[in-house]
Amino acid sequence: MFPVELDNVTVAYHKKPVLQDISLQVPEGKLIGIIGPNGAGKSTLIKTILGLVPRASGDISIYGKDYKDQRTRIGYVPQRGSVDWDFPTSPLDVVLMGRYGRIGLLKRPKKADVEMAKAALTKVGMHDYAKRQISQLSGGQQQRVFLARALCQNADIYFMDEPFAGVDAATERAIMTLLAELKEKGKTVLVVHHDLQTAEDYFDWILLLHLRKIAFGPTENVFTIENLQKTYGGRLTFLKDKVLAEGHKE
Amino acid sequence: MSFEAWIIATGVLVGVSCGLIGTFLVLRSMAMLADAISHTVLLGIVGAFLVTGSLDGIYMFIGAAATGLLTAFLVQLLHSKGVQSDAAIGVVFTSLFAIGVILLSVYGANVHLDIEHSLMGEIAFVPWNTVTVFGVDIGPKAFWMLASVLVLNVVLISVCYKEFKIASFDPQMALALGIPVLLIHYVQMGMLSLTTVASFDSVGAVLVVAMLIVPPAAAHLLTDRLLYMLILSALIGGLSAVMGYFFATWLNVSISGAMAAMTGVCYASAFLFSPANGVITKKLRTLNMQKERAG
Repeated sequence: MFPVELDNVTVAYHKKPVLQDISLQVPEGKLIGIIGPNGAGKSTLIKTILGLVPRASGDISIYGKDYKDQRTRIGYVPQRGSVDWDFPTSPLDVVLMGRYGRIGLLKRPKKADVEMAKAALTKVGMHDYAKRQISQLSGGQQQRVFLARALCQNADIYFMDEPFAGVDAATERAIMTLLAELKEKGKTVLVVHHDLQTAEDYFDWILLLHLRKIAFGPTENVFTIENLQKTYGGRLTFLKDKVLAEGHKE
Repeated sequence: MSFEAWIIATGVLVGVSCGLIGTFLVLRSMAMLADAISHTVLLGIVGAFLVTGSLDGIYMFIGAAATGLLTAFLVQLLHSKGVQSDAAIGVVFTSLFAIGVILLSVYGANVHLDIEHSLMGEIAFVPWNTVTVFGVDIGPKAFWMLASVLVLNVVLISVCYKEFKIASFDPQMALALGIPVLLIHYVQMGMLSLTTVASFDSVGAVLVVAMLIVPPAAAHLLTDRLLYMLILSALIGGLSAVMGYFFATWLNVSISGAMAAMTGVCYASAFLFSPANGVITKKLRTLNMQKERAG
């Protein structure tokens, strides 16, 4: 059974299709990069799987069942810019929100939940910031808080929307270590990513997306000039570098 | 209790209940929706009067809750069809309010419910309209309506605190976790409608917006924890009511107007002197630092 399976999924926004006929069988225990140009539907794909965006047609299953029955098996890291960081709360409180799904409606967090949130903060190197105001954090620190929150969800599948966007080098390394650890534990991680330079090194598998699925498979098979040109329409200067580099290898 | 005490107590209840529900509106950037609902509630009150022929508290509550939720629902509907949210709010509330005004001018001529009263309120008349329970006069109707709404607000906020918090901070995450974000939205809109209608008699449709928005905005400048923001917002709302009353009697001006003006004074003080973010506090801190460096 696949962690995530999509069968002919189409999503439309005001009648304009933003994702068309996507079929995927995501393998277990892989680090998967979702890559494509701006407006290719990368975030939409994640949000559709999570039920945040309605789909026009197609089926989605998480370990063979409907998403609604599998919520606790899924961890989510939304885009950092999607929330108001002036909200009056602390990093510890934000991380604790990762437990809300398991705590249940109208019940209060227990001591064990708080301990777990603290452990997750320590894991991302943010222990000393637990009680700060979230607006005082740098972009990289905010991203780490979001990652800690997802860790708290204790999930089997993780969806991360641009976790590497606008973070410092230290955070980038911290995220990579974390992703490697998750993989080691057999978790499946899907990451929306837009930096082609690093994509090849970061991910085992890659999904190239541009409204449709261009290619999906192990990085070495998928990350080819031909596929990238299909995805980006040959606009990227990166492609030239890659062509040069590959020419060099040969 | 003296008339004066009842007026102040009623004003404080307005400030406290509005300050609590207003906090979530400010945090969700929905101040405009408060403005909208405070106006469409007029249609609810007029509608309730036309249907039941009475201005009794309970019918007003039902009418107001219904139109408040209708407003929230229509705004949501237009927005989901691609209309910008500010335009959606503008279209819905002006239309519903206009219907209310027309109905009021046609059928309401011989009722004590005039337009000026609905817009500005008249808290000075509150002590005359009292409730009698088992033959005992227990005080103004407005006071008891507000007290019930305040209890309801406090209970709902404490029971749903965690859900209200995540739905305000990160609605997408909340949805992904299976928290009923839309239901929470309508619960809050219901609370807002009830709070507005209960405050209606005292401060009216326009000034209630000041009570809903300004104290939470001031509290936001003073703290970085949600719980303290709720408490501070309620305190500032209550304090503005007390200050407003004495200011109004001193200068012999409109009490509800003075109360609303005092929320503005509180906001200005927070803006200038807030320990963390105040404009003047920051200036002084820089000056001190410069002095220390020079010394």
